[in-house]
Amino acid sequence: MRPAASLATRVPMFADRTNTIATIALGALLAYLAYAFGQWAFVHAVWRLPADAGSLPCRAARGEGACWAVVVERARFMFFGSYPPGAQWRPAVVCLLFVSVYAASVMRTFWSRWLLASWIAVSAAAVVLLRGGWLGLADVPSESWGGLPLTFLLSTVGFTLAFPVAVLLALGRRSTLPAIRTLSVVYIEVVRGVPVMTFLFMAAVMFPLFAPQGFAVDKLVRAQIAFVMVTAAYLAEVVRSGLQAIPRGQYEAAASIGLSFWPAMMLVVLPQALRVSIPPLVNTFIALFKDTSLVIVIGLFDLLGAAKAVIVDPKWVGFGAEVYLFTAAVYFGFCFVVSRFSLRLERELGRARAA
Amino acid sequence: MNEHERPESQFHVDMQAVNKWFGTLHVLRDVTLKVRRGERIVICGPSGSGKSTLIRCLNGLEAHHSGRIVVGGVELTREVKTIDQVRRRVGMVFQQFNLFPHLTVLENCTLAPIRVKKVGRKAAHDLALHYLTRVRISDQAGKYPGELSGGQQQRAAIARALCMNPEMMLFDEPTSALDPEMVKEVLNTMVSLADEGITMLCVTHEMGFARQVANRVIFIDGGRILEDNEPDTFFRAPGHERTRAFLSQVLH
Amino acid sequence: MSQSCAPRVRIGPRVSWRGARAKAIGWQLAVLAVAMALVATVAVQTAINLRARGIASGFDFLSRPAGFEIARGLFSFSSRESYARALLVGLLNTVRVSFLGIAIASVLGLSIGIARLSGIWIVSTVSRAYVELVRNTPLLLQLLFWYTLSQGLPAPSDALNPLPGVYLCFRGLFLPAPIWHDGFPWIGVEAPTLAGFGFQGGISISPEFAALLVGLSTYTAAFIGETVRGGILAVGRGQIEAAAALGLSRPHALRFVVLPQALRVIIPPSTSQYLNLFKNSSLSVAIGYPDLMSITNTTLNQTGQAIEAIALAMAVYLTVSLAVSAAMNLYNRATLRRGGGA
Repeated sequence: MRPAASLATRVPMFADRTNTIATIALGALLAYLAYAFGQWAFVHAVWRLPADAGSLPCRAARGEGACWAVVVERARFMFFGSYPPGAQWRPAVVCLLFVSVYAASVMRTFWSRWLLASWIAVSAAAVVLLRGGWLGLADVPSESWGGLPLTFLLSTVGFTLAFPVAVLLALGRRSTLPAIRTLSVVYIEVVRGVPVMTFLFMAAVMFPLFAPQGFAVDKLVRAQIAFVMVTAAYLAEVVRSGLQAIPRGQYEAAASIGLSFWPAMMLVVLPQALRVSIPPLVNTFIALFKDTSLVIVIGLFDLLGAAKAVIVDPKWVGFGAEVYLFTAAVYFGFCFVVSRFSLRLERELGRARAA
Repeated sequence: MNEHERPESQFHVDMQAVNKWFGTLHVLRDVTLKVRRGERIVICGPSGSGKSTLIRCLNGLEAHHSGRIVVGGVELTREVKTIDQVRRRVGMVFQQFNLFPHLTVLENCTLAPIRVKKVGRKAAHDLALHYLTRVRISDQAGKYPGELSGGQQQRAAIARALCMNPEMMLFDEPTSALDPEMVKEVLNTMVSLADEGITMLCVTHEMGFARQVANRVIFIDGGRILEDNEPDTFFRAPGHERTRAFLSQVLH
Repeated sequence: MSQSCAPRVRIGPRVSWRGARAKAIGWQLAVLAVAMALVATVAVQTAINLRARGIASGFDFLSRPAGFEIARGLFSFSSRESYARALLVGLLNTVRVSFLGIAIASVLGLSIGIARLSGIWIVSTVSRAYVELVRNTPLLLQLLFWYTLSQGLPAPSDALNPLPGVYLCFRGLFLPAPIWHDGFPWIGVEAPTLAGFGFQGGISISPEFAALLVGLSTYTAAFIGETVRGGILAVGRGQIEAAAALGLSRPHALRFVVLPQALRVIIPPSTSQYLNLFKNSSLSVAIGYPDLMSITNTTLNQTGQAIEAIALAMAVYLTVSLAVSAAMNLYNRATLRRGGGA
């Protein structure tokens, strides 16, 4: 419908000499950079190390070729952290479960009440499967969990638990009762006004001080609580915008057919508000997904944490670029795909609404 | 004079077999039109007929796909140079006024003379006031467009176009977005312009204006010019049956 | 976003006015009671725990000597000085990196936003690739990446020397410093010289600071770029056509017609991006740059008074955030009155 947005297509300022010269010059520069990168990343790269050569071949190629061998050799650790090698099929399954749930969520065909339940179900299944201790599965304490499953777990559980809290906060902020409104506003503004890092510090250092003696709470659980608290505040603003976008007539219509407050909210207003808010909701999830990388600071090893741990090893010191590039590719792959799907969803919903 | 100008062009506008598509939609079909200097042309037709597209091709706001368009001796090509040359000598007034909301009326008028023609600030100021007085809104010079009525805004837009001292003025349905009581003040402004000998091409539904001012009235439908006559003949005895149908709908 | 047409329609069966009021008060009292009970329980338990672990309470620690050094920077700090001063130095470092970061991100973001809309395909595609790449990877990863790159630079003895007096090694960037003699503007230049394990003299920029600055700027610039792009696109098509019809060149149209109108749409979200940069500077903890968050971390590790330290840090960040938000609200109201955009 609309032509690709650029100043040129808005008013046809036609192709001219400067345009062509710039294209050629920049194209040449780009080609050179791509060539140089290709040489480092592919042509001169070291992909595998012989059995007991240490990392010598890699060090020899330093500066000239990338050492992808570090990724190849340490892939398992980067993906699953220090999970016991024999049982690593479990985190692998967990990752697959999460990916399927995300995939289902961005495709309209799978939308139903079951989808909501499946987020909760998959999260629970993940915890249970990773923990083990039943049906012959070895017991693996949460300290050993790491890598991609941890990132997925923190994001998904964080988002799922934050959601109901966010709805309550949003409704509270719009409430006519001053006490409730004040509490909601204060919570939202305080949480949004401070860095996420402070909440993680709270989780790591302050929460143990709040808990009764002898009741040691898992560091992972504490971090999860921190993420839920933070995400709830940001989600609350998204939900609030969505609620504001619903025309007054909807509220009135719901009231006129006799629906009291909560049924009206759940059946009429919220579904519409959420539908309208899909892009910012997905953005919030992606932001949370990226923010889980902060747990490295409090000593948990998610995908980024595992990557950093790899280059601490004396054998692999100095190959941070390769490791981080690979990790970036994983994050990018996930976030980019999700945001593309969200754009597609947005278009589909726009069409459906217009129809 | 550069290679794009030809001294012996007696036509101000010379369109030869111009075609344009919007995607698969054929908007202008083999349009041929010749306009002499000082002529006043009114173009009318049903919506979607291509009348707006036609005049927008004349100052490069739309690109034509085949045929030739020569304006003031300069042939419009895809080169920015030719388009800039044409735009300096052709003024345009839009249906939605398109005044710059962040500038005062006076600043709207002086912007182009200062930046494009490199006129000095004082000279541009005087020029702007001259034209604002002509369109009778000199007292609004210091105000922002948002503070003016629709009729005042359109007259300001006309003044803004005039400040570039154009040889030709294009009007794209200038009164269609106005409340009825303001249409007259804008039309009167346009009539007074016509008396000055400036070439005018005007897309409009205002047939009274056409009768009063136009040398020729053109009817366009489905991208083709179906009728091109002086107003008397056009209104009294239109040749094409579609012209008759259109007129019967518009004049009642 | 516009102020809401927030319908506060009372949904539900109509109750008598006095009954409704009583219910409202009742609900609020209940919520407040629950909240206070929660806070009280936590407070009591915390007090017990603090006493059990022998952790002090209160802010007296602020006047005690810190006992740690802060790496070289603009402000000197020795271990004899107080925690309070240490935190202040940290705050100043935060402000320093934030200001510079915001400045760089703004310029970079503006360029990227305009580049995204360029008619030259390569320019718009490359800027788009940049934005997608930066926005879809975690900021912390980018910071660690930049830091790792800096650590891959050679040792001071083999430092890169691109210009006379300029040295680049894994200990940082060293630049010649101007010297003032008795009030005269710079008579001489003091160049850094190799001494022991590093350089002496001149201006030094630590790799931590550089990595943080580069990472924060490039990350925030991507978001600002998208905001700029949205703002420019929000300017009505007719505006650009009118500018074109008047013969204004593309750069002139951009500068005098499009950008002034776009800026009104760009500034509010950009402000929240600036705040994000300010808050994101707290990631310095992972790199080792001594800003407010890092020093808070060291302080609470040494004194054990986590609650006070974290609360203090939160208070600082919160104050800045709220102040900027309030200023933005004032600005919004002022522009609306002046008869803003299209």
